[in-house]
Amino acid sequence: MDLNFSGEVLAQAVASGIMLGGLFALISIGLTLIWGVMKIINFAQGEFLMVGLYLAYFLVAWGHIDPYITILITVPFLFFFGIAIFRVTISPILKDPIMNQIMLTLGLSLILQNLALVLFSANVQSVRTRYSTWNFDIGSVVISVPQLIALIGSVICTVAIWYYLKTTDSGRGIRASAQNPTAATLMGIDVPRTYLLAFGLGSATLGLAGSLMIPFYYTSPTVGLFLGLIMFIVVVLGGMGNLLGCFVGGMIIGLAETVGAAVLPGSLARVFTFTIFIIFLLFRPQGVLSRRQT
Amino acid sequence: MSTKMPYIRILVIGALVCLLPLFLSSYYMHIAILVLIWAFLACAWNIIGGYAGQHSLGNGLYMGIGAYAVAYLVSRFGLTPWVGLIVALVCSAAAAAFIGWIVFRYNLKGAYFALVTIAITEAAVYVVSNIPQLGGAGGMQIEYRGNSLAFMQFSGKSGYFYGGVILLVFILLLTQWYRRKRFFYQLIAVRENEDAAEALGVDVVKAKIKANVMSGMLCAVGGVFYVQYFLYVGPRSVFGEIVSVQILIYAIVGGLGTTWGPVVGALLLVPLSEIARAQLGNSFQGAHLLLYGAVMVLTMLFMPTGILGAVGSLRQRWQHRSATPVVDSQGGEAS
Repeated sequence: MDLNFSGEVLAQAVASGIMLGGLFALISIGLTLIWGVMKIINFAQGEFLMVGLYLAYFLVAWGHIDPYITILITVPFLFFFGIAIFRVTISPILKDPIMNQIMLTLGLSLILQNLALVLFSANVQSVRTRYSTWNFDIGSVVISVPQLIALIGSVICTVAIWYYLKTTDSGRGIRASAQNPTAATLMGIDVPRTYLLAFGLGSATLGLAGSLMIPFYYTSPTVGLFLGLIMFIVVVLGGMGNLLGCFVGGMIIGLAETVGAAVLPGSLARVFTFTIFIIFLLFRPQGVLSRRQT
Repeated sequence: MSTKMPYIRILVIGALVCLLPLFLSSYYMHIAILVLIWAFLACAWNIIGGYAGQHSLGNGLYMGIGAYAVAYLVSRFGLTPWVGLIVALVCSAAAAAFIGWIVFRYNLKGAYFALVTIAITEAAVYVVSNIPQLGGAGGMQIEYRGNSLAFMQFSGKSGYFYGGVILLVFILLLTQWYRRKRFFYQLIAVRENEDAAEALGVDVVKAKIKANVMSGMLCAVGGVFYVQYFLYVGPRSVFGEIVSVQILIYAIVGGLGTTWGPVVGALLLVPLSEIARAQLGNSFQGAHLLLYGAVMVLTMLFMPTGILGAVGSLRQRWQHRSATPVVDSQGGEAS
């Protein structure tokens, strides 16, 4: 195995890693909200992203809408999509053992994946927009504009959700219901409604991710399989429910993927990512930033 | 009911099933063999997932180790799969012990355990895809040598069918036997309340590792059978999330932690999915997985203990009503 460790390759890998990290952080915000804050496990989160990607794809490819304007459609759609799924399937088993939630949402992910396979075929689909080839150079490093926009979108989304949870009544309601549902109920918070809202919000962020990703990413029925796992990895790395941690976790995994791909042969970079994840789970399950909880 | 009754039931049903090749056409024999393979794998998963309550989402790993060990030794060195089987058992036991040791020692459970096991089996896909000696992403084929027990190959379907029946009967007897043993009681105690089990002197970590090793080795046997039947193995056909999920669906739908549950689940779902695949496969790729997803969601919503679990509690309610005042606190488990 030859290690091509030239400075230019590494610089490009780091730059791409930061971009990819922003993307990973963006897709994981929803999960850190619903799993980290609300303790609802959703193994179909990756497939929700797939729904967002397909929606954005069709709006851009068939509707000829500018990808960044599709946000106005994808975000509300995914919000209500999430709410509908939650109402029908997850909310009835909210008090069941955690494994039942995992199994149910795994079932959901199989349904969504294969429904997409039936409706849209197994082909990998991507769309060329006028943004797709926009890029600029810093020294020898090429920065892609749509990826940079996704990174900025990720930062804005993180800050917005943090601000929402900290300052607004309904945001505080979400945190209160997560901490102590009984006390929250006594304080006059409609807890079931709050769960619904959090789940919808967690799903809506994937609408945003779909729109921001479609200019430079692809979509396929199985796209959520890998990205879904990435979401869980990022959330564990960042510490459950920690929004800043989610961003840092995204960066770590983004860099691991690109620097790993520059250094390791073939697709072994993936193994590197999974190894980081396993090591973190074993030795620092509370995440990079959090203090140890009992 | 006599304590021998469950064993007799397994043997009698096994013997009756052996008559099936007289009636089934080659296509239905194929489906029957698939049922046997998946029922066996689901029974193997049931030990760690059902009895010990640790829902591994990565048992495809052990199945893959078994399949790859045999495929490698047979296709590269011309060894008999019987040697491969031994290597497969040793490798899978080592892998399951190592993974179990790390994971359980650090006390990962629930969703974390599920995630680690997914990560490991997904990592295995990429590792194997990058090893040219193991066929890379394309996988490996085993040469067909005609009817030969030494190479675990049969010219017709019935050889594989009987092999599958023997394996399934074996694992059912094994589970039934262990159900009355201290070890499985320990596992059930761990599943129901880990702290209480620990307080009663159960070495929780050790019990879980043992269950993982047992389940892993049996899954490897299933993998050996799989590769001998299809004469092909590829990274995604054994490793990876989808296969691992498929293994556990049968156990969950049939009834977790019951001897017959995984068999009932496989018996119901495998033919259904094969028929869906055959009827709709061309225009409706993925129909069988769609079906699995729907069944899984419906099971969790309406019958979270699976078919046998539901039957068990119905039976219990019935007995309760017909004037037996004693309620079995164990409940819910059909034997």
